[in-house]
Amino acid sequence: MSELLIVEDLTVTFPTTRGPVDVVKGVSFTVGRDDTVGIVGESGSGKSMTSLAIMGLLPRGARTSGSIRLDGAELLGAADRDLRRLRGDRMSMIFQDPLSSLNPYYPVGLQIEEVYRAHRGRSRRAAREVAIAALEQVGLPDAGRRADHYPHQFSGGQRQRIMIAMALVCSPALLIADEPTTALDVTVQAQILRLLADLRRQSGTGMIFITHDLAVISSIATRVLVMRRGEQVEYGTAEQVFAEPRHDYTRMLLESIPRIDDPTNDGVSA
Amino acid sequence: MTVVAQAEVAAPPATSGRRIAGVLLHDKGAVISAAFLALIVLMAICAPLISAITGHGPNDFDPAAIDTDLGGLPRGALGGIGAEHLLGVEPQNGRDILARVAYGARLSLLIAAAATVVTTLLGVVLGMLAGFYRGWVDQVICRVMDFLMAFPALIFMIAILSSLPQGNRPVLLVAVISGFGWPYLARVVRGQTMTLVNREFVEAARASGASTGALVFKEILPNLRGSLIVMTTLAVPGYVGTEAGLSFLGVGVTPPTPSWGQMIAASVGWYAVDPMYFVIPGAFLFATVLSLTVLGDRLRAALDAGDAS
Amino acid sequence: MMARYLAGRLAGMVLILFLVCLFTFLIFFTLSPDPAVLICGKTCTPDRIDQIRGVLGLDQPFLTQFFGFLGGIFAGRDYGQGANLVHCAAPCLGYSFQTNQSVWDMVVERLPVSATLAIGAAVLWLLFGIAAGLLSAVKEGTWWDRAGMGLALGGSSIPNYVLALALQYVLVVQLQVLPFPQAVAFGDDPVLWFESYLMPWIVLAAGYACLYARLTRANVIDTLAENFMRTARAKGLSPVLTMRRHALRPALTPITTIFGMDFAALLGGALITEKVFGLNGVGKMAADSIAKNDQPVIMAVTLLAAFFVVVGNLVVDLVYTALDPRVRITAK
Repeated sequence: MSELLIVEDLTVTFPTTRGPVDVVKGVSFTVGRDDTVGIVGESGSGKSMTSLAIMGLLPRGARTSGSIRLDGAELLGAADRDLRRLRGDRMSMIFQDPLSSLNPYYPVGLQIEEVYRAHRGRSRRAAREVAIAALEQVGLPDAGRRADHYPHQFSGGQRQRIMIAMALVCSPALLIADEPTTALDVTVQAQILRLLADLRRQSGTGMIFITHDLAVISSIATRVLVMRRGEQVEYGTAEQVFAEPRHDYTRMLLESIPRIDDPTNDGVSA
Repeated sequence: MTVVAQAEVAAPPATSGRRIAGVLLHDKGAVISAAFLALIVLMAICAPLISAITGHGPNDFDPAAIDTDLGGLPRGALGGIGAEHLLGVEPQNGRDILARVAYGARLSLLIAAAATVVTTLLGVVLGMLAGFYRGWVDQVICRVMDFLMAFPALIFMIAILSSLPQGNRPVLLVAVISGFGWPYLARVVRGQTMTLVNREFVEAARASGASTGALVFKEILPNLRGSLIVMTTLAVPGYVGTEAGLSFLGVGVTPPTPSWGQMIAASVGWYAVDPMYFVIPGAFLFATVLSLTVLGDRLRAALDAGDAS
Repeated sequence: MMARYLAGRLAGMVLILFLVCLFTFLIFFTLSPDPAVLICGKTCTPDRIDQIRGVLGLDQPFLTQFFGFLGGIFAGRDYGQGANLVHCAAPCLGYSFQTNQSVWDMVVERLPVSATLAIGAAVLWLLFGIAAGLLSAVKEGTWWDRAGMGLALGGSSIPNYVLALALQYVLVVQLQVLPFPQAVAFGDDPVLWFESYLMPWIVLAAGYACLYARLTRANVIDTLAENFMRTARAKGLSPVLTMRRHALRPALTPITTIFGMDFAALLGGALITEKVFGLNGVGKMAADSIAKNDQPVIMAVTLLAAFFVVVGNLVVDLVYTALDPRVRITAK
């Protein structure tokens, strides 16, 4: 079976007053269908820039080189029209802060409908049914009524469920989750993680899960990429990386987290 | 968009007076504005000197410079601009416009500066009182602010000024302008004080037994400095404009004392035949307000950039 | 909830208007020169002054005068006695010291002029200000943006009376493309009416347009940097829909508040513009009456302006709650 996403030697460069700076330096990895790749690194490690490069959402002025292929089609340098057709449909993204990522001026139902209508072009009514179904799927109670509510009327966890519903409404082949649980409290984190894992398994979507927290990745990732200062310091299957990390930095990250089999830490693995 | 990337990659040094001065020195607009303002201030200070050199006081009539056959129009092109009168003369009485502009600048700038000082004092003191003590103090101050801001300020200012006895007009102008101006500053100061009072460093200082005075002057006031500088700089052009507008409407500085607004008001009847009469004080007023606005704007941008990092 | 909120707001409005009345009255009562002397003119005798005082009630104590004035607004009032009795029907704002006209009639007569001026200018400044601001924001950092914003900064620094004189000099005196503004009814000569209002509209709108252009640009740029804009692009929406639906509403909603307040303030009279162009609106009436110390008229104009500001404040708050779903009315 061919890979879903192949990233080869990806480099992202920003112009600054002190000359160009590489924020991602030659990163390569692949995401298989029905596969979860975890990208781990501290802030500024280039992990978010990598995901934005895949989505074609890098800030203006950024330069890229290398190759990103989704289903064999090259994304780097593709026309914005073509990328737009893929975004939200074949690949979609969930962001860190669900409150600011939702438009405060529109009901959440409408914000989900518009993804469906942009790519499937159906009637408002059909889109609404799909949106409500998507909200039910992520476990939002009373979805039909709640679809008319505005983002500020939901809790943090509910908002992230809404973001997930929005990302999955067109059944994408690739889902990028950029620190989706960082802004949430611990019990809600665990619920959202389980929901993501369940939905991914049901739909067979390939997922990139970005986090600064190795513990979060350990329960869901099949492959792990560790980044530091824009460079790829470790890449391999989850078992490999966790059992015998090759790089000192990974070892340091592993040592800094509570052990997964530690009985005092049941937040994530429970 | 590149700015975002820069901020992420290269962290600029922390906010400081020297850094901001450095940023402003590299900004062409800010430098030109500052230079122009310095020139105007110099002109205001040296007004008697200018009069001494040119030999024309602000209220000296010069019948030789006007043509009584043409209804008192200045002799020569462009409102009588020439070697004798560098910026021309007023029609009918031949008063030297340069001298009047220079003396007018004294009054306009003095009133604006005084209004700024009084407004800032009132705004800071009352805003901090409201934010620091909360409770009924806050209630009373807020009600007064709501009331003043709901007032049709311009009309009311004019009504007050027109009904007041002539007295000391510049002092009255300062009182009226600051009386209506302080709530806009106080509102911001109040909000910032409220957030600052709850911040750890203020609580820590309080816990370690610092007096109220020490809290206010050592912990809170220094943190308000940035927004105070910006708000006052941006308020000055407004006060210059307000003073000129009130004088234009005839309730400001009374003749024969020159002020820019009042000079323009006097020129209204002459604009068709002697346009330089309104163009010159108008240009000085415009350039001064613009320079102050540009300077305030750049200062804010420089401070914001410092805060963002 | 809504009824309670409105009741509270209305009470607050009445209180503010009452205080405006009281303060203006107090200032006239304590500081102003005696209006009876002014009315009496040059051929005056002490008897005549006393007589005028009696008719106008100026010999009464402050509170009697003040409540007499307030009562006149709601119930009408009588001036003088016996054969000299004049009834002033509610809403009575008294009579002009200068022309003896009913102040209420004067206001009613001039309000349409101020409204025409305000509405025309508002259309102009919204149209040009917002369009320029949008263009600058979308083309941020380009030559367009710099030129537009430089112009806006300069434009907002020109005092409108200087602009008025400059425009008149260029358009009326030199180029002669426009007539000097005249008081013409729309029905009599629509073309001349339009030509007469065009310069006042432009002069009044210019400063606001520059201000709104800068506001719009700043708001749009802030909105474009919001996380939800990234979400909109991540959803694959078209650039037009992203801009129209997701950026414009958040960016322009705060501007409606500012617009409401500015417009309300203008309904109370654009003093300088009306005075410079000789437009017979409330603003010119205010300026004239101030020059002649015509207290009943100044009083009325101040009250009228305060009324528009206070009503404008309420309307703006109500509109804002309708536009921004995060803001909900709560009774204090």
